[in-house]
Amino acid sequence: MGAGHYSALALLRGAITGHRHWGRAWRAAEPRGTYDVIIIGGGGHGLATAYYLAKVHGVRRVAVVEKGYIGGGNTGRNTTIVRSNYRQAPLQRLFEYSLKLWHSLSDELNYNVMFSPRGALFLGHSDADMARLAERGDAMIANGLDADLIDRDEVARLVPLLDMSGEARWPISGGLIQRRGGTARHDAVAWGFARAADSLGVDIIENCEVTGFLRSGDRVTGVQTTRGDIAAARTAICVAGNSGHVAGLAGIRLPIESHTLQAWVTEPVKPMIDTVVMSQTLHCYFSQSDKGGMVGGGDPDFFPSYAQRGAPLRLEDSIAQAIALAPALSRLRMVRTWGGVVDMSFDGAPIIGELPLDGLYINGGWCYGGFKATPGSGKAYAHLLATGESHPVAAPFDLGRFADGRTIDEVGSGPMPQSR
Amino acid sequence: MLQIPCPHCGPRNQEEFTYERTLDSVVRLDDAPEIAIAALYTRANPRGEEIEIWHHTCGQWLRLVRDRMTHAMRAVESL
Repeated sequence: MGAGHYSALALLRGAITGHRHWGRAWRAAEPRGTYDVIIIGGGGHGLATAYYLAKVHGVRRVAVVEKGYIGGGNTGRNTTIVRSNYRQAPLQRLFEYSLKLWHSLSDELNYNVMFSPRGALFLGHSDADMARLAERGDAMIANGLDADLIDRDEVARLVPLLDMSGEARWPISGGLIQRRGGTARHDAVAWGFARAADSLGVDIIENCEVTGFLRSGDRVTGVQTTRGDIAAARTAICVAGNSGHVAGLAGIRLPIESHTLQAWVTEPVKPMIDTVVMSQTLHCYFSQSDKGGMVGGGDPDFFPSYAQRGAPLRLEDSIAQAIALAPALSRLRMVRTWGGVVDMSFDGAPIIGELPLDGLYINGGWCYGGFKATPGSGKAYAHLLATGESHPVAAPFDLGRFADGRTIDEVGSGPMPQSR
Repeated sequence: MLQIPCPHCGPRNQEEFTYERTLDSVVRLDDAPEIAIAALYTRANPRGEEIEIWHHTCGQWLRLVRDRMTHAMRAVESL
């Protein structure tokens, strides 16, 4: 099975034998009877959780059940941006924990996730914007994160294709850059975690949809699936996008509403922008993939949907904004657009913790910012599942915060998931 | 794009409407704290039909029974 350890030497050896050595990167596992932990959802977060459970905590009897195929959900649908430039300390700690893991993830997994710390730039379009960015940058620096407030000229040097003329639709006053942020190859993150978890004995069971929970009183003892019942000491929901549906199978209502988020990609071209460009004032973000396509997105669709497809309305908004910012983009042909279902939580922050039923846990509510958290979210969730105690970076994100009035609301828009 | 049947104007483009919230998440002033918290902060969020409140630019508030997977709209009435 597999091609063993990936290395330059293995590639060379494979070349001699015509590269016939390549096998599956992970087994097509069948459900076995009982596990220590079942993770519902084979996305990046679920696979990372399984990997760190086995690697860090020595929990080897772990199953990941996935209703579709690995990489077919949000892990393969996002715009691949990685950053930790938040304003509030709990969010900074969580995403910075993850960002540190990104920097060594390819080595950790023996899989090239193509992490590229090319800099994540927030644009400012007015004096008020620059004041907000300065406040955010100060908050980051105060907590040990890297942030540089840069002026208009430096933005122009970094991203020469931005419209800096006097006639620009969205004049640019400057920006805030986190140079350690960047992008990664999203599919590779799913595949790399899947392969690494599998090699530690984790069963990855694809085409296996959870249809209900096994119960013993107030305790969850496993899951009912389209491929039979599977028992486990701990059951971990990790299905951002479908958290409401899966928790609903256990009769639990969550502070989460599912919405569509769309993205777009152009034909591949030669390198034209080597920074992740984002505007939170407008709400548009774009970067160039290693293949050359310009990838971007904007707001979610502003109404609940599980459809994995969106309306041209919101797509048009983000494309119009991107073209206004970098007019050269208007010359590119758009080759594809798509939608994913995102868990919009009621304070904009994720939920990681216990659910009201014993043995049942949740990791979800990532809104449309979950990809960047993949390794950190998995590692913190694995800590909770293995020890029963919240990891310090995840502790503020428990479900109880809503009833207690401890919400972590970065933009201060209140309990309206469609207005983030 | 959706076409939403406004009780006052008839079928109109989705662009003219704003989603507000689900019918069961309206908080009343005399609700007990736990009921108010549940209404404010939790949703059934079904992968299927839900009763929703939308607002049309004509000023009409509407109650819409909509399937969140297929977008099929089964019933609409003014609120």
